[in-house]
Amino acid sequence: MNTESPNLLPQRQAVPAHWQQDVQSRLQAGETAVASVELDLDAELRYASGIMVATERRILAKTATGDWQEWPYRIGLQLGHHDHAGVGTLELQDGQARLACWRYTLGRNPEALRLIKHFDEQRDAFLSGRPLQEPEQITCPSCKAPIPADQEECQICTREMHTPPSTWTLFRLWRFAKPYKGQLLAGFLLTLASTAATLVPPYLSMPLMDNVLIPYQNGQDIDVGLVAMYLSGLFGAALLAWVLGWARTYILALVSERIGADLRTTTYEHLLRLSLEYFGGRRTGDLMARIGSETDRICVFLSLHLLDFATDVLMITMTAVILVSINPWLALVTLLPLPFIAWMIHIVRDRLRHGFEKIDRVWGEVTNVLADTIPGIRVVKAFAQEKREAARFREANRHNLLINDRVNKVWSLFSPTVTFLTEIGLLVVWGVGIWQVAHGHITVGVLTAFLAYIGRFYTRLDSMSRIVSVTQKAAAGAKRIFDILDHVSSVPESQNPVHLQRLEGRIDLREVGFRYGNRAVLRGVDLQIKPGEMIGLVGHSGSGKSTLVNLICRFYDVSEGAILVDGVDIRSLPVAEFRRHVGLVLQEPFLFFGTIADNIAYGKPDATREEIIAAARAANAHEFILRLPHGYDSLVGERGQTLSGGERQRISIARALLIDPQLLILDEATSSVDTTTEKEIQKALDNLVRGRTTIAIAHRLSTLRQADRLVVLDKGQIVEVGKHEELLARGGHYFRLYQAQLRQAENEALADIEEDAA
Amino acid sequence: MSQFTLSRNAFGKLVYSDAQGVHEGVVPVRAFPIGAPDTGIAIVDIDGHELAWINRLEDLPESARVLLQEELKSREFLPVIQHIRHVSTFAVPSTWDVDTDRGTTSFVLKGEEDIRRIAGSALLIADSHGVQYLIRDQGALDRHSRKLLDRFL
Repeated sequence: MNTESPNLLPQRQAVPAHWQQDVQSRLQAGETAVASVELDLDAELRYASGIMVATERRILAKTATGDWQEWPYRIGLQLGHHDHAGVGTLELQDGQARLACWRYTLGRNPEALRLIKHFDEQRDAFLSGRPLQEPEQITCPSCKAPIPADQEECQICTREMHTPPSTWTLFRLWRFAKPYKGQLLAGFLLTLASTAATLVPPYLSMPLMDNVLIPYQNGQDIDVGLVAMYLSGLFGAALLAWVLGWARTYILALVSERIGADLRTTTYEHLLRLSLEYFGGRRTGDLMARIGSETDRICVFLSLHLLDFATDVLMITMTAVILVSINPWLALVTLLPLPFIAWMIHIVRDRLRHGFEKIDRVWGEVTNVLADTIPGIRVVKAFAQEKREAARFREANRHNLLINDRVNKVWSLFSPTVTFLTEIGLLVVWGVGIWQVAHGHITVGVLTAFLAYIGRFYTRLDSMSRIVSVTQKAAAGAKRIFDILDHVSSVPESQNPVHLQRLEGRIDLREVGFRYGNRAVLRGVDLQIKPGEMIGLVGHSGSGKSTLVNLICRFYDVSEGAILVDGVDIRSLPVAEFRRHVGLVLQEPFLFFGTIADNIAYGKPDATREEIIAAARAANAHEFILRLPHGYDSLVGERGQTLSGGERQRISIARALLIDPQLLILDEATSSVDTTTEKEIQKALDNLVRGRTTIAIAHRLSTLRQADRLVVLDKGQIVEVGKHEELLARGGHYFRLYQAQLRQAENEALADIEEDAA
Repeated sequence: MSQFTLSRNAFGKLVYSDAQGVHEGVVPVRAFPIGAPDTGIAIVDIDGHELAWINRLEDLPESARVLLQEELKSREFLPVIQHIRHVSTFAVPSTWDVDTDRGTTSFVLKGEEDIRRIAGSALLIADSHGVQYLIRDQGALDRHSRKLLDRFL
């Protein structure tokens, strides 16, 4: 039979490693496992492991309790799949009855779908006797990025979902730091120099004590020249440290700001290139926070915390060297408690960190109550539930207090503890120092210098202990940013793009299927649209109308099948070039902040004023624009002039007209306005539709009367195609939809009459 | 309550028949799966239209009740976490190893916001694939589990 087919398949483990042996023992000679899915639930939905394997001849399965079962391929054998509440079900049936059924959690769904695909291919190949032709092109089921043949899962999705942030991520920032190598080196050298300068004053206190003060106490006169020399040394060191410190902070702050800015722009640019699918799955606030505050946090980390830490480490090393060079014995006593104190501080800080994180989250809860209630204030007042909402807020606040109290218990202990530990350290040095002075091992000046030195760096220990938590936070931020940067667009640019100069506007949908996550939204959609034809898409909400339109715009890529424009697969056209031929009018027209002229020319920024006015005229917008105080220069969008829904819609129609697209998509363009406004918009739309291939979605069926064909969708499949009258005569889906709307319209009319009468 | 009969066909689907007609592939749905699982069960057809409403399962004849219970058992999946063995890290995403009433498993928690408080001290946790887990009463968990859980709340 089809012995070549295994060779055509990519070299990739069809069976998980720990099942390999078990499966191999079941296979016959010359049989290979093509695909498999590991099952993790039994029939009663308890966790238990099992496996299903498809080969070229049959399908095999083993459950945790049962033995191996097998079904050779035969005509009518079907493997179906559905899911509910996080559990997927695979069912094998032969047209007469269900043969078997298996369950798994949704994490295994991609493998299950792959198994079904292979099952269908292998069964057909087996039954027809023809070997499989196409090798499988493996793409990630969730982000559609191609997966290298030797890998099991999509690297991007796996990392984003399953990898906790690691400190190593911070090193990836080097990519952004590289252009500033020179400045960074200068900054480091300045840090070195300025730290050294700050260490001079304590050193000078030694001769000041031994050569000036002690001799004076012993009856000698003060040598003014010597004092002036030492004091000017002190002043010089302070001045040097000041200048160097300024230069260092300035240069490094400059560099870190630039790194932050580069990071932000790069991330934003990358984000804009990602597909709608990516935006659909994420909250706007989260993305804004990633680009805004996370980059800022990294920036602060680089310019402040990392810099401080580096300075501290340098200072402690230099101080240690100086101390050892003055007196190794006393240096040992001074430095010995250091690790111990550092460890103690670290422990306390760690505890506090959890506490503070908790406070952050509880604070979120408090604001959530506010965010919940204030926008819904009319409902709260209407149902007289102010007391209950106040109680909810008080409860959240009480929770907040509780946690704050707990953290404050430790927090209030923290600074006194650091001071106490520092004092203990000083005490030890005093003790040992006095003993050594008494035995004549060191001079009083040496002891003073030691005390001055360690007083400085004990206080630095606290700020050093902070580095662990800020590093973790910065690493988490860096990870979240690199998650965006590593994400490959799920509508990838073609490797060898085809360039179309002028579109005719013919669209072919061939067996188009689309899954959103694990849900099949469209299945086997087949449709040919002629150039210049107007198609009306009709169906209940959730029937897949908008999805189909999104696929034609290539906001998403199809999961199965293909969409061809003028006979060319849209996946082989450059995305931006293709979209230039597509005009889109949405239900909620979005106006950006700017003038009306800017908004109309959004798709063609170099349009002349004449072109803009022509488009506005055609869109029936010219007259109302002239009525505005500043005409075409009136500011609209957020914070701008308020326009009615119909006016905004006509601007967006003008926007679509201006780019003169060959393909026009109207997604519920007239749904959100009243019937009078709808008529005005309809006039504008009629100008727009002329001579273009149009796909219109409308809730009100009456607006689709002039469509050449109506396509009725139900549960992701085309159920009826035809003209309005034909479909009505047929008495099917469309007829029922139409009847329902008619009744609704009558009711509304009745209500209007009653209102007038009242 | 209207009179109806239930049976299971060769495809393993429930068949509902009453005076109005016969429906294949009907499913029982609990109205309050967490709050009050035993009261209020609807039988709906493939399109989600309600065919019958059952106040309490006990009111049904034996054969229908067994069929419904079987079907419910194989449809509902809300593992109740009884013990948290280990979490890979306190920073999300984090992998949790847990014991549930349906056996031992592990899942990935994408973010703290996927742990949601529902009525009282019950928590609903959604994993990275959208599978949901329930903690009936966080106070009733053992000390170790509570401590781990607390870091995410």
